[in-house]
Amino acid sequence: MDEEYDVIVLGTGLKECILSGLLSVDGLKVLHMDRNDYYGGESTSLNLTQLWKRFRGSDTPQENLGASREYNVDMIPKFIMANGLLVQTLIHTDVTKYLNFKAVDGSFVYKKGKIYKVPATDVEALKSPLMGLFEKRRARKFFIYVQDYDEKDPKSHEGLDLSKVTAREIISKYGLEDDTIDFIGHALALHNDDDYLDQPAIDFVKRIKLYAESLARFQGGSPYIYPLYGLGELPQAFARLSAVYGGTYMLNKPECKVEFDSSGKAIGVTSAGETAKCKKVVCDPSYLSDKVKKVGKVTRAVCIMSHPIPDTNDAHSVQIILPQKQLGRKSDMYLFCCSYAHNVAPKGKYIAFVSAAAETDNPEEELKPGIELLGPVDEIFYHSYDTYVPTNNQEEDNCFISATYDATTHFESTVMDVLEMYTKITGKTLDLSVDLSAASAAAEN
Amino acid sequence: MATSGNKNINAKLVLLGDVGAGKSSLVLRFVKDQFVEFQESTIGAAFFSQTLAVNDATVKFEIWDTAGQERYHSLAPMYYRGAAAAIIVFDITNQASFERAKKWVQELQAQGNPNMVMALAGNKADLLDARKVSAEEAEIYAQENSLFFMETSAKTATNVKDIFYEIAKRLPRVQPAENPTGMVLPNGPGATAVSSSCCA
Repeated sequence: MDEEYDVIVLGTGLKECILSGLLSVDGLKVLHMDRNDYYGGESTSLNLTQLWKRFRGSDTPQENLGASREYNVDMIPKFIMANGLLVQTLIHTDVTKYLNFKAVDGSFVYKKGKIYKVPATDVEALKSPLMGLFEKRRARKFFIYVQDYDEKDPKSHEGLDLSKVTAREIISKYGLEDDTIDFIGHALALHNDDDYLDQPAIDFVKRIKLYAESLARFQGGSPYIYPLYGLGELPQAFARLSAVYGGTYMLNKPECKVEFDSSGKAIGVTSAGETAKCKKVVCDPSYLSDKVKKVGKVTRAVCIMSHPIPDTNDAHSVQIILPQKQLGRKSDMYLFCCSYAHNVAPKGKYIAFVSAAAETDNPEEELKPGIELLGPVDEIFYHSYDTYVPTNNQEEDNCFISATYDATTHFESTVMDVLEMYTKITGKTLDLSVDLSAASAAAEN
Repeated sequence: MATSGNKNINAKLVLLGDVGAGKSSLVLRFVKDQFVEFQESTIGAAFFSQTLAVNDATVKFEIWDTAGQERYHSLAPMYYRGAAAAIIVFDITNQASFERAKKWVQELQAQGNPNMVMALAGNKADLLDARKVSAEEAEIYAQENSLFFMETSAKTATNVKDIFYEIAKRLPRVQPAENPTGMVLPNGPGATAVSSSCCA
């Protein structure tokens, strides 16, 4: 260990592993350590034995659930937007070759106690009971505007400066009903609460475009893809990238204490009496808990089931958004279900999650509306965690700390955080868009 | 290479063994041999693909090298995931590397798929004067543990191609259904296909 590194990365969560990979590819000398004996940190996927150890304090799950190793239960369940930033990062780094993905069967939205499929085709849209006929016409005009909107082409803006006009104003221009706004804002733009309504509309419009582009990409029933064997594969794949480019990996390292010089700059990391020197430290909030502050809490139910979620056309993988207003909450709740079809459970078993930003201290009661949609469950675990953001100034202490994974249903905010950290660490901007077209061109050859 | 009527088999092959046993050099010898024209570009030196024709099939190996993650016992579970074959490499001039190879076999039996074809390679067979592990000892161990054993030399190319051929011959001809392949991301219709399908 007594060598000098450019960067020491602590924690093998997805964010840290992507950064480790990018930095190694850049030619930096990286040491990557984790206090756990497994990859993934908070964003790992657990087998049944690990799940029991963490939530039941025993390591003997019932035998009728099947083999422990056939389970990969995500601790931070999210889906991947097929055309989103994570996919661009996977292609940019060529990490896709270590992974296999499958489309997610369906995306649903909860309205007045029932769930409805978010239309994925024109035919589904025409048949959908989500809106009345006249409202569909109004909505259609709005979607055409969004589809044609091109940030670089002022002609497509129809005189509206979306960096100034709010989402609320643009919606009112098309005369959309409250239920429609709820549907578009939460089930398509995937906003977690209603704060977006009073912010510039550009972000709202871009999110709807991302949804539509992702939906079109693989012609599936949803805009999402998900890796076989669970999300825990993602940090492992990026860690492999880092290793291939010379990164050194050490798991099961106790303590991992960051050392500072007299001016407060990080100069190394000590574990089990050995110190490795470095110029910069990258880590998740748990490794530098005095340089972060709590900003919220995520609450979640993890369920093992023997059937798909009712009323989802027997989907083997599905997302259901429960918009805040439908539940009288301040932020959305969402359901996420995966199964043996994505190799995260033995044949016939389903893993469902109900998640939300915690608004009370009683997760069981708070998550009830979501859990009721699941039908009978074989097992249920409740799990809450605090979310943190860094408070330090990296220019003063050379520490680069990621934010805790938030309650959003997909990885856009995760990768945004990574890209911002990458820029702070290296002073460079990672251009993903160029590489996306390069990858497509390469695939045609 | 693939003639019509022949079966095409894709097989992930992982290399395991002590640091310095010669895992990477075995792969380099294999892929830089007479099949070099089919070698696909790689990042780093830890992922190669190589196609071999055996009697009734064309086998495309996806060969995973450890990328150094074995050094501090930090190989990820994904390394073993879906592997159809493994070569466990030791150095015949180093008894400790043979003992480590046995540990890797145990690890594979615990983590890998039960139908995996496992080969034990006693590498550096050109260094006969420095031999510490006898061929008999390795052969007996291999038989007891359902592996096949060969002594190889990446330096002289002895048995290098042969060990991959032998694996290709032993691979089950029916791909296991439990290991489905998903989509390949870069082949998607691309970012330009914008749909107006939502409620249009």
